[in-house]
Amino acid sequence: MDHAASPGRLPGAFMTPGSSSFVDFLQGHAPTLLPGMRDLTGGEAPATPHGTTIVALAFDRGVVMAGDRRATMGSMIAHREIEKVFPADEFSAVGIAGTAGLAVELVRLFQLELEHYEKIEGTLLSLDGKANRLSTMIRGNLGLAMQGLAVVPLFAGYDLDRGVGRIFSYDVTGGRYEERDHHSVGSGSVFARGSLKKLWRPGLEATAAVRVAVGALVDAADDDSATGGPDESRRIFPVVASVTAAGYVRVPQDELGRIVEDVLDERRAEHRRDRRETGGIDR
Amino acid sequence: MSMPFYVSPEQLMKDRADYARKGIARGRSVVVLQYEDGIAFATENPSRALHKISEIYDRIAFAAVGKYNEFENLRVAGVRYADLRGYSYDRKDVNARGLANAYAQTLGTVFTTESKPLEVELVVAEVGDSPAGDQIYRLSYDGSVADEHGYGHVVMGGQAERLGTVLAEEWRAGMSLPEVLSVAVRVLGSAGEGEQGEPRAIAASQLEVAVLDRTRPRRAFRRLTSSLLEELLAVAPPPA
Repeated sequence: MDHAASPGRLPGAFMTPGSSSFVDFLQGHAPTLLPGMRDLTGGEAPATPHGTTIVALAFDRGVVMAGDRRATMGSMIAHREIEKVFPADEFSAVGIAGTAGLAVELVRLFQLELEHYEKIEGTLLSLDGKANRLSTMIRGNLGLAMQGLAVVPLFAGYDLDRGVGRIFSYDVTGGRYEERDHHSVGSGSVFARGSLKKLWRPGLEATAAVRVAVGALVDAADDDSATGGPDESRRIFPVVASVTAAGYVRVPQDELGRIVEDVLDERRAEHRRDRRETGGIDR
Repeated sequence: MSMPFYVSPEQLMKDRADYARKGIARGRSVVVLQYEDGIAFATENPSRALHKISEIYDRIAFAAVGKYNEFENLRVAGVRYADLRGYSYDRKDVNARGLANAYAQTLGTVFTTESKPLEVELVVAEVGDSPAGDQIYRLSYDGSVADEHGYGHVVMGGQAERLGTVLAEEWRAGMSLPEVLSVAVRVLGSAGEGEQGEPRAIAASQLEVAVLDRTRPRRAFRRLTSSLLEELLAVAPPPA
């Protein structure tokens, strides 16, 4: 199995039995392609786009995850329609906050890791297995995180064994924490969490769960400058996806548009009522 | 010191080819058929876990006959090859031709340089946007590659020649999925037990069937489980 002796032939590492993990395979065969494996000199990290608020909540048949569309670089808006919520595989979703470039690469590798396992083994990883795998991958990024290039994902999926939706949050060291009912990460998460606490209730059905997620993002955007609210003039809405026994489904743009309008109308109506009651000018 | 034996290269290669062919002939056949919405793969395989047909990448599948450990090793290598390529470049840059070439080199090198050839025969297939864009490559134990596109159907394995004749009579372009599946089952069943056995009816539970369905969005590969297969076979029209 000497690669050099016969060029063109699949390298020995490809033919070695064993690992079902793509990351492990890369580590042996092409470690430079792995994120977090690069040597970096010390010093301050350069300014890079950051992704912000992600929310996830459980509902009666699964989980809903949503992310705003803004990426910021310092006080500047770097991008207005970045996507921060992705399908990890058919039955799970991953949302990312933190250094956008690294986070997107991490998601790409995570998606591939799950798919690779599925193809090699002919079966899906358990939801806990997927969550642990993500943990290891974040830990691999610790060196960069120490320099300020941190990635903090939120992972949610449908547990096929238990028949419920589950949510996992992480810290920069790869610590994994299972959350009850709902959670949010990113700079706007303080406000989103407050909002989720008030809006979420047990046994929500699918559309109501999407409304709660959108509402939480609107609240986060209201108070956090790094979180973008729904952009009505450009019609850029958050990315909202649900994961149920039927798999990962992104809420279609027109349906989401209606829900966003609804949430905003409701907020406007409340605001008007508020002004009337307090004797404001907006009669 | 004794003189080493002289064996002519022709004899050496012939012996190896005979050896590989014998190994392959022991296994059951796999049929690969184009239909209007994709490519179907079928084989008689009572095992639910040890597959002869697998997904390699979004639009690419793999089917094999011969020695399980050898083609399983090649399958895993193919998945690694495709995933690495897709990760380094883009998912669009992974194609069946590149994979078929890598397999051909590997099979050819093993055949000529190692003491024992691989006792396998493979098909690497990719679905395109239309039947004309489909690619089907058949690879032999010695590394030879045949581009089977244009024929629309391939048989590999023990009684490939006999089954190929039956298949060529029954298959035509533009068939629906239930139609090609019923053709596949009849063709596989025409290889009776033993050399001159009677045609058999193979139960859906004894079949391993998968498709590359071009109408599916990203990952085109789908296994047809026995309950779904029974439904599909039930709607198929009787043979003309």
